[in-house]
Amino acid sequence: MTVTSVPPADAGAFTLREFRVVRRHQDTRDTATLALEPLDGQRLTFEAGQFTMLYAFGVGEVPISISGDPTRSGPLLHTIRDVGGVTHALTGARRGDVLGVRGPYGTSWDVQAGRGGDIVLVAGGIGLAPLRPALLQVLARRGDYGRVVLLYGCRTPDDVLFARELEHWRGRFDLDVDVTVDYGPPQWRGKVGLVDSLIPRAGFDPAHTLALVCGPEVMMRTVAAALVHRGVRRDRVRVSMERAMDCGVGLCGHCQLRELFVCVDGPVFGYDRVERLLWLREV
Amino acid sequence: MRQSDVATLLADHCFTAGLSAQHLDRVARHAWIERIPAGTVLFTEGAPAERVYLLVTGRVALELHVPGRGAQLVDTVDECDTVGWSWVLPPYRWFFDARAVTDLVAVVVDAPALRGEADADPAFGYALLQRVTAVMLHRLRAARVRLVDLYGVPS
Repeated sequence: MTVTSVPPADAGAFTLREFRVVRRHQDTRDTATLALEPLDGQRLTFEAGQFTMLYAFGVGEVPISISGDPTRSGPLLHTIRDVGGVTHALTGARRGDVLGVRGPYGTSWDVQAGRGGDIVLVAGGIGLAPLRPALLQVLARRGDYGRVVLLYGCRTPDDVLFARELEHWRGRFDLDVDVTVDYGPPQWRGKVGLVDSLIPRAGFDPAHTLALVCGPEVMMRTVAAALVHRGVRRDRVRVSMERAMDCGVGLCGHCQLRELFVCVDGPVFGYDRVERLLWLREV
Repeated sequence: MRQSDVATLLADHCFTAGLSAQHLDRVARHAWIERIPAGTVLFTEGAPAERVYLLVTGRVALELHVPGRGAQLVDTVDECDTVGWSWVLPPYRWFFDARAVTDLVAVVVDAPALRGEADADPAFGYALLQRVTAVMLHRLRAARVRLVDLYGVPS
């Protein structure tokens, strides 16, 4: 089929480009990763932490963080959890299906700012997906950083995301990986407990650490507080916020948090900037 | 293991670090070091809570035996953590089973003797209770947050 309706990639923030699903991997019971290739052949470049608006034609559009490696060319990866109508359609996409993509949008983790020091990534649940590009970026230039620590918490062992990759990372001598679950079956030999409980004993120098945190807001609050308690400066802790986004470009206001628009000012914020907002019940 | 080794481990352990030398000595005089193989059951639900386990290395699983379902994993305790607080208050009986998931090294403390020291020296008792309360608060908060099922499907 010849596609002639795809506009150039730089045609504007609202431009919807068509991507074909070239691979689909079922990560967990409710989460799948889609590998997408642009029909127009122009690859989408992005920075770790950014997201796109993914459109399931005839169903709807949602913001999804990019989970691929920003340092390598290849299909665009999104890891999607099936939690609603649109994400159900997206996770159900098959090889050959065409999806709409806008973006990438938003701020990045800016991991380069952590060069020369330690990097601590703390992920909860699906929050590991937006952090994966940051970790891959660090590992691509491993010598630029000190200790690298990944702390991951999720619901059960069956919900561990990127399990094979985590095993691989765990086997590296230059990366500390610790995993905990909320509920473990009797045969589970790993840790049970909250991810913030891993912070006091993790091997990093808080005075020279850049910490990246992504997960449910309750988890991010407690993790950021634990990192600050350990001695990491507030402006060296970054969190990725999630709010209902519609436009992705700061026009509709659906993701507004007081003076901030999560889609354009975020999703990655310095904790010093959003600490008080994280504690607000509703904005 | 020498008694000086016990004192050194206690001074570094998360539970007892920061205690005065006098208070550390009150703990140390009732403490000893044990190497415990993986699979060992440290205690079972309902048994008298007569020992405090300060883990130096290894992991312990706290389990609840449910008829028809067997041992249900409730929590894990890792190095520098403390196993159990049932020794603090009557009826001084464990609420869960504790099983060594890995080989352990632990500083084990005689709980009735420790309570006796706390009764004899209220300042020591207060310092001890502050530490036990911190452990309890941490575990209670973790249990409550897990009740919320943060990573569950949003409704």
